[in-house]
Amino acid sequence: MNLDSIKNLLSFFSEQSDTKRTHRIAKTFAGLKEQNRKALIPFITAGDPHPKYTIQLMHQLVQSGADIIELGVPFSDPMADGPTIQRSSERALKHHVSLDDVLKLVAEFRKTNINTPIVLMGYANPVEALGQVSFAAKARECGVDGVLIVDYPPEESSEWVQCLEQHQIDAIFLLSPTTHQQRIEQVAKMAKGYIYYVSLKGVTGASHLDLQDVSTKLNQLRQYISLPIGVGFGIRDGVTAKAVAELSDAVVVGSRIIEEIEKSSESDLLSNVGSLIKALRDAIDKN
Amino acid sequence: MSAYDLPNKNGHFGPYGGIFVAETLISALEDLRKQYEFYRHDANFQSEFAEELKHYVGRPSPIYHAKRWSEHLGGAQILLKREDLNHTGAHKINNTIGQALLARRMGKKRVIAETGAGQHGVASATVAARYGMECIVYMGSEDIKRQATNVYRMKLLGATVVPVESGSRTLKDALNEAMRDWVTNVENTFYIIGTVAGPHPYPMMVRDFQAVIGNEAKIQMQEDFTRQPDALIACVGGGSNAIGLFYPYIDDVNVQLIGVEAAGKGIDTDQHAATLSMGRPGVLHGNRTYLIQDGNGQIVETHSISAGLDYPGVGPEHAWLKDCGRAEYVAITDDEALEAFHTLCRYEGIMPALESSHALAYAAKYAPTLPKDKLLLVNLSGRGDKDMATVAQMSGLTL
Repeated sequence: MNLDSIKNLLSFFSEQSDTKRTHRIAKTFAGLKEQNRKALIPFITAGDPHPKYTIQLMHQLVQSGADIIELGVPFSDPMADGPTIQRSSERALKHHVSLDDVLKLVAEFRKTNINTPIVLMGYANPVEALGQVSFAAKARECGVDGVLIVDYPPEESSEWVQCLEQHQIDAIFLLSPTTHQQRIEQVAKMAKGYIYYVSLKGVTGASHLDLQDVSTKLNQLRQYISLPIGVGFGIRDGVTAKAVAELSDAVVVGSRIIEEIEKSSESDLLSNVGSLIKALRDAIDKN
Repeated sequence: MSAYDLPNKNGHFGPYGGIFVAETLISALEDLRKQYEFYRHDANFQSEFAEELKHYVGRPSPIYHAKRWSEHLGGAQILLKREDLNHTGAHKINNTIGQALLARRMGKKRVIAETGAGQHGVASATVAARYGMECIVYMGSEDIKRQATNVYRMKLLGATVVPVESGSRTLKDALNEAMRDWVTNVENTFYIIGTVAGPHPYPMMVRDFQAVIGNEAKIQMQEDFTRQPDALIACVGGGSNAIGLFYPYIDDVNVQLIGVEAAGKGIDTDQHAATLSMGRPGVLHGNRTYLIQDGNGQIVETHSISAGLDYPGVGPEHAWLKDCGRAEYVAITDDEALEAFHTLCRYEGIMPALESSHALAYAAKYAPTLPKDKLLLVNLSGRGDKDMATVAQMSGLTL
């Protein structure tokens, strides 16, 4: 037994252990379950509308009721996103926000928040440019808890998942209405943290959610998946958020928040986003 | 040495290719892969494809010995595979017919396509008219401005041209937008990709449809010259005309394969599209391949005088052929391509597309270094009528 493994063992029994930090996502969901509540997971793009607001926005999200934050990594070619999130990516890229900058923002956020899980969401190429291994090491160091790379499907992810696992970062995967059973089982084996169920066909920001479909599909998914399931795409108001929360473990809201950021001025940005999150939170928690 | 049989079943060419797409597209690609796997071995499908190529496209396209130009260059003999004589004026139609026939068999009544210069858009609009399908073409708003004639051609053929305002408003953004349409309308829609890029099975499928170029060439070379060429030369943007010519020759190791990329204003400037020469591997548009990108993995804008080569990626099979050394890739500047354009007009009475002019320009450099009995087969992938306004503008004229 080498020194590292002894350390690991010791820290496992310690109150101040590293496990506190590495299992933030699982811990968050366990805590919510005890209280019989559902997670609210807002998405913002790092660096939108300007990098100087990102950390403030993240704290605002937490104060207003977010349980986990999905932080978008801007990319020049966001193929799976609708116009709203594309624009947020373009705004961030005007300020040359790189993956490295995003990691630095997370590290900065961690100085004042050690509990809220951060999930990075983005596209493969910035990760490839940094290298999967050095990305994972750096992400862990900066306090990232999970990563969802939209264009790394399970087929192309065996090394990627290993790499994240080594650095105790959760590999988050998407499932969609068209995912068939065999793939659901495959994803169930690879995924950690939670599953992100894309509730409709199309790109982010679309607005025709069918709750009956979501309910049917989630029942199917639960036969194979023990992880919490978050639902995203098409959730634009409290009523839908509440309805989705009743079916799932977490509600993911993205484009609606970006729209709020777009229409806010610098002075009311934080309060507008805060009110929106609070309204969603209240709707989800309402009995 | 065993015969070349890439991609593998997961769509990989060595480390390149693959299926790098969001989960929402996986089942559509899976369906396409299964259907194509069936029809590529289906005799009815293949014979209908061959009939269409013969009677609608006008194949086989001849191989023409450019004797006067060869003599002028004073070295190897230059032979031209005349894809410019195809219906719609370029090799693009070979692929759009193949994919449209597949779309029909899959019961899809709506086809979508991306286009840069408009050649693939025109080829898609053409086959959609031919088979009675609805056709939507995504085109960057910058390209729409630059290619007004082709936009009008597509409209005359009944297609709807949708301007794309995101990103750099060029081909790569049109491709993103077409993917977004596809993921939203996948039930009734077939996405006709115009080059050997995108997620598996596209690079393989487009290659197979374009391989008619190389397959014909093998027969024609034997018949007309009693031997195969010493080298094949073709321009590479995404790389469909090049792979179409190269693929049937990959196992013929005595035949040199040369891909010619766009060096734009020079590969030492930031205005070029020489992906294999200057790019680094990464992931874009569903596959792993060489990309022109900045240090942070953002895709950067490219430049070429020819819109058809103005793309920051390249087909994954070319990436593999480069890495394993089977093919070599060189780059030709705007000026060199333009000179070759004029030379071919004057010496052979053939007006080449600016894309193809890159291949011609490299042939003009290479031929004089070789003895006169060597044969260079250049893919004349398209005709240059579409480029007259660009060429006039470069000469300080307005049409």
